[in-house]
Amino acid sequence: MKKVTKEVYLKWYEDMLFWRKFEDKLAAVYIQQKVRGFLHLYNGQEAVLAGSLHAMDLSKDKMITAYRNHVQPIGMGVDPRKVMAELYGKATGTSQGLGGSMHIFAPENGFYGGHGIVGGQIPLGAGLAFADKFFNRDAVTLTYMGDGATRQGSLHETFNLAMLWKLPVVFIVENNGYAMGTSVERTANHTEIWKLGLGYEMPCGPVDGMNPVKVAEAVSEAVERARSGGGPTFLEMKTYRYRGHSMSDAQHYRTKEEVEEYKKIDPITQVLDIIKKEKYATDEEIAVIDQRVKDLVKECEKFAEDSPYPEKNVMYDVVYEQEDYPFLPHKL
Amino acid sequence: MRTIQFREAVAEAMSEEMRRDESIYLMGEEVAEYNGAYKASKGMLDEFGAKRVIDTPISELGFAGIGVGSAMNGNRPIIEFMTFNFALVGIDQIINNAAKMRQMSGGQINIPIVFRGPSASAGQLAATHSQAFENWYANCPGLKVVVPSNPYDAKGLLKSAIRDDDPVIFMESEQMYGDKGEVPEGEYSIPIGVADIKREGTDVTIVSFGKIIKEAYTAADELEKEGISCEIIDLRTVRPMDHDAILNSVKKTNRLVILEEAWPFGNVATEITYQVQSQAFDYLDAPIVKINTADTPAPYSPVLLAEWLPNHEDVIKAVKKVLYK
Repeated sequence: MKKVTKEVYLKWYEDMLFWRKFEDKLAAVYIQQKVRGFLHLYNGQEAVLAGSLHAMDLSKDKMITAYRNHVQPIGMGVDPRKVMAELYGKATGTSQGLGGSMHIFAPENGFYGGHGIVGGQIPLGAGLAFADKFFNRDAVTLTYMGDGATRQGSLHETFNLAMLWKLPVVFIVENNGYAMGTSVERTANHTEIWKLGLGYEMPCGPVDGMNPVKVAEAVSEAVERARSGGGPTFLEMKTYRYRGHSMSDAQHYRTKEEVEEYKKIDPITQVLDIIKKEKYATDEEIAVIDQRVKDLVKECEKFAEDSPYPEKNVMYDVVYEQEDYPFLPHKL
Repeated sequence: MRTIQFREAVAEAMSEEMRRDESIYLMGEEVAEYNGAYKASKGMLDEFGAKRVIDTPISELGFAGIGVGSAMNGNRPIIEFMTFNFALVGIDQIINNAAKMRQMSGGQINIPIVFRGPSASAGQLAATHSQAFENWYANCPGLKVVVPSNPYDAKGLLKSAIRDDDPVIFMESEQMYGDKGEVPEGEYSIPIGVADIKREGTDVTIVSFGKIIKEAYTAADELEKEGISCEIIDLRTVRPMDHDAILNSVKKTNRLVILEEAWPFGNVATEITYQVQSQAFDYLDAPIVKINTADTPAPYSPVLLAEWLPNHEDVIKAVKKVLYK
């Protein structure tokens, strides 16, 4: 594994703080009805992304996930202003305003969505890896899903095929405890999701998903295995989301105390504690980072606000690669 | 010209394209070592090897999705379903992922994939194995739906489908694989979205597609003996539809019968009926008649199946009805 240096800790702190504040801003503008549709936020799960990115070779490795997907592309290098603009439905968004919250795409940065159907992205991730293997690209695809998705058939068919063909893919379940309002205990007669890998003889295991170092270690080992031809790995990140499943979730299925317990092991706090303990940065330097994060979030909001809405014809232009596809008319 | 079977035309189209483009592979149940459940990929494993002609377990969702994922990343997959009845367990990957990926990504990711296999009834296979899905897929923006009715069209259209940069649903029939037809040795392709006038005529237009069009040929032969001249249009592509071909014919004959093997509610024939009444209302000398299957799941018993399926007698009746004879 690449060494976790002072610079890494400082980057993790700034990245994770930015992701957190970016999501907080989305929650705020959602209440103002500037962002609509469903909005699924990542707050609490940031260590999974930070640790994973540390393990990846961003020049060729790929990532695909479900609909809790705003900050992953940012982590992979996408301009966060474009992500914010997508949520505003603006022409400057990552999908020109056609995808919205659940469908962020940035293939040039190795980010392949952004998928709205629970578990639907799992075979796609294996397919991305299939192509990389087919063309001998030496690249690995990290395929994420929530705990709810592990109860879909798509996971099981894909696990079997990925093992059969030894695809260079790492499957990562972000177990945040709840599939919308249904706790893991209520979705299966077992709660150790990682054990699903055992049935396919897939290397698998649980990981402390609140600690980016633990995540980086586990994902590095899995990525290495995939890259060296050893095939897939299944990792269960034990993590937690502070906010509801989406913005319309009243969260009657859990207690405030439970949420507070997890905030005690918050990944950003954990990293900040190490930075302070190891004296990687002074209070003043940390304040500078905090201010930079705040400014960038503000800049994203302003960019999204100021951007134009898409032209009506874009709705047709994006459907087919064929340029003159004869759509049926729908208005007189 | 030489004569070959429909299944050979399909295998030739795939093989020729795979020789031309290294990013193409064929994947599905029994496509490799078994040479295809209906021998439509005979010899391909020997020529292209296991890397590009790939047997799968029975996991339609899984391999349809892996096909789409690989198409997002540089491959041009041909995914074979043993029948489109089995594609139902993987249809999420076709509708939500293959069809919508380009739109959801704002035009960044196109999916050059072909999903192919037999559709519709094929003898006494009963309810689960006798469904026509052309209109299901044709309803979905992002897809193209191609349905050849003879070996020549199958080869030319399949080559175009494989070269197409958008997802194409290519529908065959178990009952057509053995059909023989003239297919030239040389290179050719047939554009997607262009209908073909299979027979010219003056009195009535019959629009159809796929294997059921043979019932229209039989009916037209019978009707010719009675002095009735039928023009038969083979859609060949259901989406996008060649409306001009239909309209031009109707403007000439002023009468339209549509023959489609599908349940009658909201099908391809319904769409044609709407388009013709809205664009050629004044040309029509009779209400349009559509002939479909019964509005029930396919029955098993031979007597019931014969009653369920449209046949040439139904076509003759329909033609006479629009001619007020």
